[in-house]
Amino acid sequence: MSDKPKIAFYWCASCGGCEESIVDLAEDILEVAQAVDIVFWPVAMDVKRRDVEAMPDGSILATMVNGSIRTSEQEEMAYLLRRKSQILIAYGSCAHTGGVPSLANQFSREQILRYVYEEAPTVVNEEKVRPQPRHGHNGTAVTLPEFRALVRSLDQVVEVDYYLPGCPPTPKLLKQAVLALLSGELPPKGTVLAPDTAQCDGCPRRDTKPTDLKINEFKRPHWTQIDPNTCFLAQGIVCMGPATRSGCEAQCIKGNMPCTGCFGPTSRVRDQGAKILSALASSVNAREPEDIEKILDGIPDPVGTFYRYSLAKSLLRAKVTR
Amino acid sequence: MSEKKNGQVRIGVYICHCGANIADTVDVKAVAEYAATLPGVVIARDYKYMCSDPGQELIQQDIEEHQINRVVVAACSPSLHEHTFRGAAERAGLNPFFVQMVNIREHDSWVHTEREAATVKAKDLVRAAVQRVYFHKPLEKRRVPIHPEVLVVGGGIAGIHAALTVANSGKKVYLVEREATIGGHMAQYDKTFPTLDCAACILTPKMSAVKAHPNIVLWTYSEVVSVDGSVGDYKVVVKRKPRYIREDLCVGCLQCIDACVFKEPKFDDEFNLGLSKRKPIYIPFPQATPKVVVIDPEACIQLRTGKCKRSCLEACVERGAIDFEQKETYEEIHVGSIIIATGFKTFDPRRLPQYGYGRYPNVYTTLEVERLVNASGPTSGQVITRDGRVPKSVGIILCVGSRDENTNRWCSRVCCMTSLKLAHLIKEHTGAEVYIFYIDMRAAGKGYEEFYQRVLNEGVHFVRGRVAEITDWALDPSEEGKLVARVEDTNTGFVRRIPLDMVVLAVGLEPQFDAHEVQRMFGISCSLDGFFLEKHPKLAPAPTYTDGIFIAGLCHGPKDIPDTVMQAGYAAAEAIALADTGYFELEPNTAYVVEEECSGCKSCVPLCPYQAITFKEDKQKAFINEVLCKGCGTCVAACPSGSIRQNLFEDEEIFSEIEGVLAYA
Repeated sequence: MSDKPKIAFYWCASCGGCEESIVDLAEDILEVAQAVDIVFWPVAMDVKRRDVEAMPDGSILATMVNGSIRTSEQEEMAYLLRRKSQILIAYGSCAHTGGVPSLANQFSREQILRYVYEEAPTVVNEEKVRPQPRHGHNGTAVTLPEFRALVRSLDQVVEVDYYLPGCPPTPKLLKQAVLALLSGELPPKGTVLAPDTAQCDGCPRRDTKPTDLKINEFKRPHWTQIDPNTCFLAQGIVCMGPATRSGCEAQCIKGNMPCTGCFGPTSRVRDQGAKILSALASSVNAREPEDIEKILDGIPDPVGTFYRYSLAKSLLRAKVTR
Repeated sequence: MSEKKNGQVRIGVYICHCGANIADTVDVKAVAEYAATLPGVVIARDYKYMCSDPGQELIQQDIEEHQINRVVVAACSPSLHEHTFRGAAERAGLNPFFVQMVNIREHDSWVHTEREAATVKAKDLVRAAVQRVYFHKPLEKRRVPIHPEVLVVGGGIAGIHAALTVANSGKKVYLVEREATIGGHMAQYDKTFPTLDCAACILTPKMSAVKAHPNIVLWTYSEVVSVDGSVGDYKVVVKRKPRYIREDLCVGCLQCIDACVFKEPKFDDEFNLGLSKRKPIYIPFPQATPKVVVIDPEACIQLRTGKCKRSCLEACVERGAIDFEQKETYEEIHVGSIIIATGFKTFDPRRLPQYGYGRYPNVYTTLEVERLVNASGPTSGQVITRDGRVPKSVGIILCVGSRDENTNRWCSRVCCMTSLKLAHLIKEHTGAEVYIFYIDMRAAGKGYEEFYQRVLNEGVHFVRGRVAEITDWALDPSEEGKLVARVEDTNTGFVRRIPLDMVVLAVGLEPQFDAHEVQRMFGISCSLDGFFLEKHPKLAPAPTYTDGIFIAGLCHGPKDIPDTVMQAGYAAAEAIALADTGYFELEPNTAYVVEEECSGCKSCVPLCPYQAITFKEDKQKAFINEVLCKGCGTCVAACPSGSIRQNLFEDEEIFSEIEGVLAYA
């Protein structure tokens, strides 16, 4: 083994997009590969868990974990990698703030299992078999990871040193992070490795945002001919930009789609959804309850809209279903 | 959270017994013992009266001897004693904003009966404050300069007295009155209770003094249309309605009135409540101040059609005071404080049809009778009914539009005494039998009970009972041509029918018809009844929650003339004190934008109820004017990137307080 700093990547409950974003480094990945030893990356390399367990504690310089934590296996891997790494980085929205998987926190474990294994229209399961953590099969015990009651962000399970936000993080931010790791010039622990202002700062459409939005109607992007030069909110389209950390270089906005909030809140905000809610609610141009109701009907899924990536890290975290 | 970072924090906790107020319901010793175990707490004590001098000295002593640098006082409401304890800390050299109060009286001992649970709650609240005070920062009060000028709105006795008091202290006063003359309701009264001195005799000298005062700018026939700014610097726009007379030229000779093409007065005289008539050009009453005529544009032929001989113009040809071309003008003034004395309106008794007001001509209101008995009133002081008779029996019904679930629940306070006075005057003028129908006679006040006794001895009949109805349906010959009061006399238990020639309804007092607009324009509050809300019902009955705005007189609630004058004087004293101090100390609990964090999304700008937030185009950042900020926190909550913060309500302070109150002991 060489003396190059050791780096690891791991995924938990995620879609795989974060893994792709690493590949999105394109030719830069060669530069990274030259500077470091990638010692563990299940998506790309055949290294087993027992190999990681055999590594001395703290022998990995940095591990980037993407995905949120739902199963006992993910939990164990988080503990293991935490122990083996000097620096643990939550990579992407799911590890950072719970991500899309944490929207499942609106439902109890029982509701989820019942739906997925019994009630979903495409399921045929007359015996109502459900996966069990332990099952005897032909005289051998087969095990499955435990399905936990809640989806958690990485830092709700183990201590996290840095965060790379985004769904997925941009290659530029990843490259900057790797360079910072290699140079040792790291910001204070707990920092989100992206600028700390909201999207509007630097948004190409900021000048078209009126002082008073006076929202009369919320429109959904796919129902609307979107003006490519005007602030989305001014067009009645929910844009999470004001409550979302910048650093993505307004990629969605440049693609004529509103910000959905994947970079999470700024460091000053504990609850991204509550923040955009109070800002937007104040802009609704109605006074009577029924008129307000009518306008709000334009947002059919408020939790999925305002907490799309951050429910696990919100103040409420989950819906109490007991 | 950051206990290591903030290792120097030394907290002192003080639990007040408030005599028995707290100690009877809360185990104060146990709370103090518990507080002593909390992290950061160096000393925890309980004491009989923390607000007393020895109580305050206890805190000061601990600050000096034990290097206490955070103080938590668990006592009453901070609105009562926060100031006291901040002062104590300041005297011991500690920044006053390191003090946090916990309200274990109003929020705990006064609302709970179970001692054990109340004690647990007190501990929870104390723990929350201990966790919060940890994060407190030293803050500075800021001062804003005070414009010495004062605006008085409303020229009744309250406004007149306030204006004169302020003006006498050497400060410039603007007195704005909606009507063409000052004087208000008091000018319409005949005599005043209980001394029976004539209202005009005591009021008109004060009115003249206002007109003559070098420090008073008197604008009648004018209304405030907008108010901007805050304590010390209110920018006020006053609309001066056209009276079609040049005030600077008119000398009040009244020759134009004689010359008017209307030979006879034809239009309802507002001052006499329609009991007499006036011409289109008129003066409200002989002692009107300023003594300047006014033209009613609805009645004047010239103003309505442009086709009049304009004989008035000829009568005034030398002075040329009449100006049919006059337009409304707007004056902008800057004042440091404002006294609102916009008065009241009387209850419209048509709302209680059983009393027949407006249906039976001989049913009057108390205010109308004031004019009838007045020597310069429509009948020159003769009490004659609308059908021209001198009444032989008169009934006065109390609580019409007062103390009534169906109309107004409050007591209008003056009707009992007004009715006694009118009973006396009617008897004096006509020798009639006078009946007073009452629920309770309320004669509290200097010389009031004595006056009540006097009227009792004069032979006025007092019938205790709420009159069911006034009817003209005669059941026997003695009732023919009369109004009959049907009433249960609750003292004797009989239902009576009392024939009367004249019925007087003692109408209650209500907020002005436009009180809500006035309230909104000046940014003050109303109580449930619609009268303007004072800052404290006992200790600050003239200041409002808006700094630099004071209320006086009946816009604040029903009261008699002496109380009105006292409140007006008090409001004036507050305004003078403010102006003489020269500055106003602002609470530092204001919000501020952290410029480098602001993304310029403008979400906050339209939300500020005080227009304190502007958007700086050059920097593309929001900016909060701290002088205008009242610390309501709306923008802080709404800032989607968390870039607005509020002193004393920083996120970590609030969250640690919540965590503290929710943690289990």
